[in-house]
Amino acid sequence: MIRESYLNAATLALLVAIPVWAMSADEPFTITLMTRAVVFAIAAVGLNIALGLGGLVSLGHAVFFGLGGYAMGILAHHAQTYTAVTEWPFLIEGTKSMPVIWLVAVVLSSLAALVIGILSLRTAGVYFIMITLAFGQMFFFFAISWAEYGGEDGLSIYVRNGFPGLNTLDPIQFYGLCLALLCLVLAFAWRLGGSPFGLALNAARQVPVRVETVGLDPVRLKLVAFVVSGAITGLAGALFADLNRFVSPTMFSWQTSGEIMIFIIIGGVGRLFGPVVGALVFVALEHWLGGLSDFWHIYLGLLLLVIVLFGRGGLIGMICGREKVHD
Amino acid sequence: MSLLLLIEQVLNGLQFGIMLFLMAAGLTLIFGVMGLINLAHGSLYMVGAFCAAAVAAATGSFLLGLVAALAGAAIAGALVELVVIRRLYDKDHLDQVLATFALILIFSEGTRWIFGSFPLFLNVPEFLSGPVTLPGGIEYPLYRLTLIVVGLLVALGLWLLISRTRLGVQIRAGENDREMIAALGIDIAKLYTIVFALGAALAGLAGALVGAIQSVQVGMGEPVLILAFVVIVIGGIGSIKGALVGAILVGLTDTLGGIFLPELLKLVLDPSTATSVGSSLASMAIYILMAAVLILRPAGLFGARA
Amino acid sequence: MTDAVLQTKGITKSFGALRASRDISIDLKPGEIHAIIGPNGAGKSTLIGQICGTLKPDAGSVHLLGQDVTQEPTRSRARAGLGRTFQISALAMEDTVLQNAVLGALGAAGKPWRFFGNALKDKALRETAEEALERVGLQDQARMRTAELSHGQRRQLEVAVALTLKPKALVMDEPMAGMGSEGSKILTGFLDKLRQEAPILLVEHDMDAVFSLADRISVLVYGEVIATGTVDEIRANTAVKEAYLGDEA
Repeated sequence: MIRESYLNAATLALLVAIPVWAMSADEPFTITLMTRAVVFAIAAVGLNIALGLGGLVSLGHAVFFGLGGYAMGILAHHAQTYTAVTEWPFLIEGTKSMPVIWLVAVVLSSLAALVIGILSLRTAGVYFIMITLAFGQMFFFFAISWAEYGGEDGLSIYVRNGFPGLNTLDPIQFYGLCLALLCLVLAFAWRLGGSPFGLALNAARQVPVRVETVGLDPVRLKLVAFVVSGAITGLAGALFADLNRFVSPTMFSWQTSGEIMIFIIIGGVGRLFGPVVGALVFVALEHWLGGLSDFWHIYLGLLLLVIVLFGRGGLIGMICGREKVHD
Repeated sequence: MSLLLLIEQVLNGLQFGIMLFLMAAGLTLIFGVMGLINLAHGSLYMVGAFCAAAVAAATGSFLLGLVAALAGAAIAGALVELVVIRRLYDKDHLDQVLATFALILIFSEGTRWIFGSFPLFLNVPEFLSGPVTLPGGIEYPLYRLTLIVVGLLVALGLWLLISRTRLGVQIRAGENDREMIAALGIDIAKLYTIVFALGAALAGLAGALVGAIQSVQVGMGEPVLILAFVVIVIGGIGSIKGALVGAILVGLTDTLGGIFLPELLKLVLDPSTATSVGSSLASMAIYILMAAVLILRPAGLFGARA
Repeated sequence: MTDAVLQTKGITKSFGALRASRDISIDLKPGEIHAIIGPNGAGKSTLIGQICGTLKPDAGSVHLLGQDVTQEPTRSRARAGLGRTFQISALAMEDTVLQNAVLGALGAAGKPWRFFGNALKDKALRETAEEALERVGLQDQARMRTAELSHGQRRQLEVAVALTLKPKALVMDEPMAGMGSEGSKILTGFLDKLRQEAPILLVEHDMDAVFSLADRISVLVYGEVIATGTVDEIRANTAVKEAYLGDEA
């Protein structure tokens, strides 16, 4: 058994080494693939806060991923067409600045998570799963019917948005930016896990009645976790849109929600690096198996079945054994 | 806006709702008896549609296609239950969600592999095609009317099955008290397989029936599955009656909303804005209905448990 | 006569045709242990549920420190000073013993909304938690996973978590259940002293413990309190003998 912290360090080292190698070997496509994995990882780190810490099986995280994507798409679309997003009640103009787009993405997805969370946390268990799935579908159909922003076809953005001091069109620089954000988000999730809030949330997942008995409200703890979780996944959505320079209703689809969840399961639920390992493995499978067979989802499905039925704790669980006691 | 149009749309909504009921009834039955959330229920809907289309194309008989849909979906359901699902009963919801999500991937890609990516077509049989004139002079497609009747008959049959038969007694016992089933000397494993196959057959039937008015293609099941979830949230989990009422509410809201919301908005907005805003709102109508039910009755209209 | 810390006034609760609580009025005074005894199915759990706020009575009211808390949820009652231990341990099994105790301290401090800083390194929280663990004799197990504790140790941890709240009243649901005789004896001695700090409403099957600890006993049969009195009064009560103790003797 390898210690989990060593595996985490090795994963981080790979996240630096592979793109550096790809740059020197002039393989820009590998850098793009790695960027894809890193952005997926951010989305899954977000979901893992709700799922791993809070025990909330959300099949609607595509809502936040999509909102982040559309925040980017809409702002950049207006910037590139020199039109205003709205002139009423006050003038909002488009922008090509990543930090502003990220802020909007985070705020929008937090608000959506707040509303969806309040509604769906009125119930629990399978209801929660069905309701989050349903709200995801609502946003999906809404995006399809919103002709002003491309409807079913989505929106293309011609030039990647900018970040002060960086040339974001250079794959390695954009990758570095995404990796830095992943590290920030991981550090946040790590600190959160050990914080008073994390401790209470952890207990609310296991024994809500105990949390209630010490005078805390388990539902409010879970709601806040859901909002934080949605905000991070929203940020990932904005990055994903910038990576592809394209947004479409697919970002809102139930498959997207399922995939974000799959990253966590492959890596290991509730493990800090579970989403990162899972996203890396997923993108690698997608690339290699997808190249071998048009029907690679069959193999993905089989792999998933095997992990669920026989390998609890995902890859990290298989390599490192059960989670160590936090201190 | 004529009364004729209104009646026609109400019938359309009813027909849509009844088909949703066939999906939701199976889902809610499986959850009620086995405590399982089955995302792959949409795949069984698709399996039914493909079986029907393939057999109808080969034999030229729509009815044989329907039989194939029922049998194919039931067999697929029983197989899946035996191989995968029964390992999930004592696992948590997350594992159930993931394993059945994996089944969706396998079913969808497997079907694409066998039948290709292009949609198949299942034609409405000769004897059911064409319009029928209803009292009051309304012309309505005979096939859609048949769907309503068939769906209601299935609902009646399901009610009889659960309230009047030995299997029904066992199902009700399973919903209320798992230990009692064992005490009654019922073979639980067999009961579970039968209930799952029954749910699958209902989904397969719905898939085949709807397949004749829409195209039969990979991925057709999941949107219907999600609507069936909305139905269950509205109706209350584990309740067949809730599934029926919820399904009809969703069917009517969706159909009528799509037609009348843009019209209503034209009273206050200019026509083009009204059309786009109206259709956007209409696409959200059933989810707003769901949210309202959640606010007023979190356990659903007929749900006992929260 | 001193004011009651905890009091129920005529609470009544039915589940369908079953009347689980019938017009129950009991109270808990400062410094006392008030035991509730009764045969299985007498409605003890239903009564506790209503006192702690997990069940709402159909009629009647619950008062904590003079305040009517009948409509308040469990967490408000906990914040007002009602501590509780469960018959079946309700602890975060994946967490350590210390984490469970810190959770109690966190609840008592009422500040779970801190997203940074390690909860276990917070001086105030940790002191409260460690003090409570020490009082029940679990200081050496603080770093163990709760799931690895013995049955008796989990009961001790239940008490420790309740103590972190600095409760003004305690409701204990069969704290002795499943404990060895040695463990019961230690816990009995502990509760004996604890009553001065917080009066205890004790639901217990272990009659030795009840008779050695209780200042007053109420006997619950078929959802009804048929007698309340001192140990000697209850021992002498014929109705109680017939309804309950008589069966056992």
